[in-house]
Amino acid sequence: MAISERPLSAQDGQRLDYQAKLTGRAAYLADMKMPGVCEGAVLRSPVAHAWVRYVDASEALKVPGVVAVYTKHDVVQGTGIEPYYGPVFKDQTIVAVDKVRHVGDPVAAVAAETREAAEEAANLIVVEYEDLPPVMDVRDSVKEDAVLVHETVRIPEHGFADLAELKPIENTNVCTHFKLRKGDIEQGFAECAHVFEDTFILPTTQHVALEPHGCVAAFQPDGRVNLWSTTQNPFVVRTQLANIFKMPVSKIRIMVPYLGGGYGSKVYPKIEPLTMALAQKARRPVRILLSREEVFYTVTKHAAFIRMKTGVKADGTFHAREAEVFLDTGAFAEIGPRVAKKSAYTAAGPYKFKHVKIDAKSVYTNKPPAGAFRGFGVSQSAWASESQTDIIAKALGRDPYELRMQNIYDEGDEFVTGEKLWSIGVKDCLEKVAKEMKWGEPPEAPADPSKVRGKGLAALIKATITPSISCAAIKLNEDGSVNVFTSTVEMGQGSDTAMAAIVADTLGISLDQVSVLGVDTDVVPYDLTTSSSRSTFHMGKALELASLDLCEQLRRFVSEEHGVPFDETRMEGGKVLFRENALDIREVLFNHFGMQGGTLVGRGEVKTSTVDPETGDKTTSSFWFVGAGGSEVEIDKDTGRLRVLKHATAVDVGRVITPLGCQQQLVGGAITGMGQALFEQMVWDNGILVNPNLVDYVLPALGDMPDEITPIPVEVPHKNGPFGAKGIGETSLIPVAPSIANAVDDAVDVRIKDLPVTAERIFLGMLDKS
Amino acid sequence: MKKAITMEVNGASCQVDVEPWRTLLEVVREELDLTGAKLGCDIQVCGACTLLVDGKPVSACSVLAVDADGRRVTTVEGLADGDRLHPLQQAFMKHGALQCGYCTSGFLLTAKAMLDENPRPDDEQIKSYMGGSFCRCGCYQEIMQAIRSVAQA
Repeated sequence: MAISERPLSAQDGQRLDYQAKLTGRAAYLADMKMPGVCEGAVLRSPVAHAWVRYVDASEALKVPGVVAVYTKHDVVQGTGIEPYYGPVFKDQTIVAVDKVRHVGDPVAAVAAETREAAEEAANLIVVEYEDLPPVMDVRDSVKEDAVLVHETVRIPEHGFADLAELKPIENTNVCTHFKLRKGDIEQGFAECAHVFEDTFILPTTQHVALEPHGCVAAFQPDGRVNLWSTTQNPFVVRTQLANIFKMPVSKIRIMVPYLGGGYGSKVYPKIEPLTMALAQKARRPVRILLSREEVFYTVTKHAAFIRMKTGVKADGTFHAREAEVFLDTGAFAEIGPRVAKKSAYTAAGPYKFKHVKIDAKSVYTNKPPAGAFRGFGVSQSAWASESQTDIIAKALGRDPYELRMQNIYDEGDEFVTGEKLWSIGVKDCLEKVAKEMKWGEPPEAPADPSKVRGKGLAALIKATITPSISCAAIKLNEDGSVNVFTSTVEMGQGSDTAMAAIVADTLGISLDQVSVLGVDTDVVPYDLTTSSSRSTFHMGKALELASLDLCEQLRRFVSEEHGVPFDETRMEGGKVLFRENALDIREVLFNHFGMQGGTLVGRGEVKTSTVDPETGDKTTSSFWFVGAGGSEVEIDKDTGRLRVLKHATAVDVGRVITPLGCQQQLVGGAITGMGQALFEQMVWDNGILVNPNLVDYVLPALGDMPDEITPIPVEVPHKNGPFGAKGIGETSLIPVAPSIANAVDDAVDVRIKDLPVTAERIFLGMLDKS
Repeated sequence: MKKAITMEVNGASCQVDVEPWRTLLEVVREELDLTGAKLGCDIQVCGACTLLVDGKPVSACSVLAVDADGRRVTTVEGLADGDRLHPLQQAFMKHGALQCGYCTSGFLLTAKAMLDENPRPDDEQIKSYMGGSFCRCGCYQEIMQAIRSVAQA
């Protein structure tokens, strides 16, 4: 029986986290109580760009209940700490030292007995700023005479392997310039019958995980420190804290409760360094819980300005693609360089271009730092690429579906990097979406004559972080039940259930025999990160290997005890089989230990590389995300008001592990995409963020949903995934916005190139036409 | 300066001494250890802090605890009957109407209030009544299915 045909235990839709979450008993960070904890409050910059000349906390210290105040003096003259940190470049400090670089940049923090005292004291800290002109737009920031956000940027000694070649360009605001080249772009354009040039814009947005960021830090008498944090990647945060505080990682213990949503907002250090610094100074446990406004100052999604030029042959063959992608990374690099790189890889879309020249730049501005956001740079480049695909189709009088199918990648095709693409069901996804959307048939005529309808499609390809590491362990107990040790953070995506299902299926035991321990870096093995939709593929595989390790140990015991050759034993249905015998796991353990007791530990590790270990070929991504989306919209001709009637999303998932989790990720990603497409944008006025709250920053609600969102999982198994599974978390978000804009153009002949697609933009577009 | 208030919380009478500026959400979470309701936006927009006061949904982040004096408060912890989940909880489980779970308490309580008022809402009524709660994981379709299934039962 092939591995991908094996029955899977989570088919009935249960989730391990539901009982706790439905009854209000699931513990999130802010729900935990800690004796003796101080509450922290952060003083933040009111200006976008200024020198910090003077900080005086003497009045703050007089507030009753104040335990400690942390300012730049502690960073500079502190207890032997390394002032600079950051996941790619060391351009962040615990609090502002020389300059503040965005509104909301932390300047000082207070620990006090109560939150009220901490906030009161923070407001009594005197700070003298010397204003500098802020740069608020990437187009201004890349100009030669632009004011510099960072005068110098420090490079860490040991950075991420995949970003080693990326360096900031000195004396500019360009934090990264990643170049992707294939063929000869000039020759390519010269060979084309048609050349198209457009520019596209996406605004800064915010993840708005309903749970704001928070952290508790408590130093132990022996110098160790315990942290509880809302982080998606505790091991990366642990490394960063170890570097800042010059401690071995073994002395920093990070525990992660259930997260109330992440979507990329909780990767890399956020409030952890400041919480730990404050706890160190206060000599007391400290808790910082961010307010909603502070979350908007903590991390955002990259705004983008994209110039796209495409050459097409007379028969519609996509031939040459040039793109300049400017990504607004805000005041700190954060993970912006990788966002630029990932954005570049897919700026040519899932299409077979012969000549490619992509320049992706992440650029500093005086906005809050932009980081990871579900879709990671690809929702930006795909907005441009997939919108332009329809512009081209229209100009050539071609059907957008046919034109895509003519140019789309197939199994074994060569990617822009020169490597071959395997396990990419993008054609299948597009075909299934088109069928679901009844492509080729006109939309049903609306009953109201003032309304008009249209349909649109979009497709995508995206890479996952490579190389990366996932280690896992499982513990087999004397009764045959299993504890799973994984650092994959359950943030809603259903990973606990998927991981338990993989273990249960591999061992042949029922799901109710499996428990997943929460994340605790002192206990669970290393995992790089719960992001990049990598967990099922990488951690799932590591757990499959750990389970197989256990199976092998059990078979070895039986082989030795019964004098049967190892090869003549096998494991099936939770039993070790040899000759005519079938032994329960429990029996095998009892026989081995000689009594009811003992523990077996299975271990598994997955490390991916940029070189395929079997073929020696280059692999930019350990697997590829591919998918397609289709939208049908209805527009009010009098007002431009838009309603999405239907959306279909097809994602190549490799293999469905948990059907419910899969459906939730596909539909949920699409709904996040609708927010990005239709409503969300952070708005600045003179460097000040106008809408850091949920009244003025508009989120999609139940009433904004289409009547139907249809998830279509497509299964093209991947040889390295557990049971053939690939990651699914981000794919469905990406085609939403371009498919909606393409549907708008189909309906009213108005091409929207700037997100979000608002009624106002559609209305003005219709006005222009008439 | 604290004030003694008495509330009936999930069917049991309880007396707490609270500062007059404390919100109902703070008191329920911190004094009564009922942490199912969450702080999301702090300005009564997102719905994560929703509690029922005398059966009506309120944003507990913006209601003073002293204003709940003498009233009946229902939290998500009070929905199940012992080990038996409330029909809405069962439906949310069956239809997969949650992922991260941060909004779930608010959705369940708001839906309960709606169905107590109108046991047979149509889709438009559900969308309108539930419009004050956000789910960022994007479970709206499943939430709709779950509520419909209870409304039509």
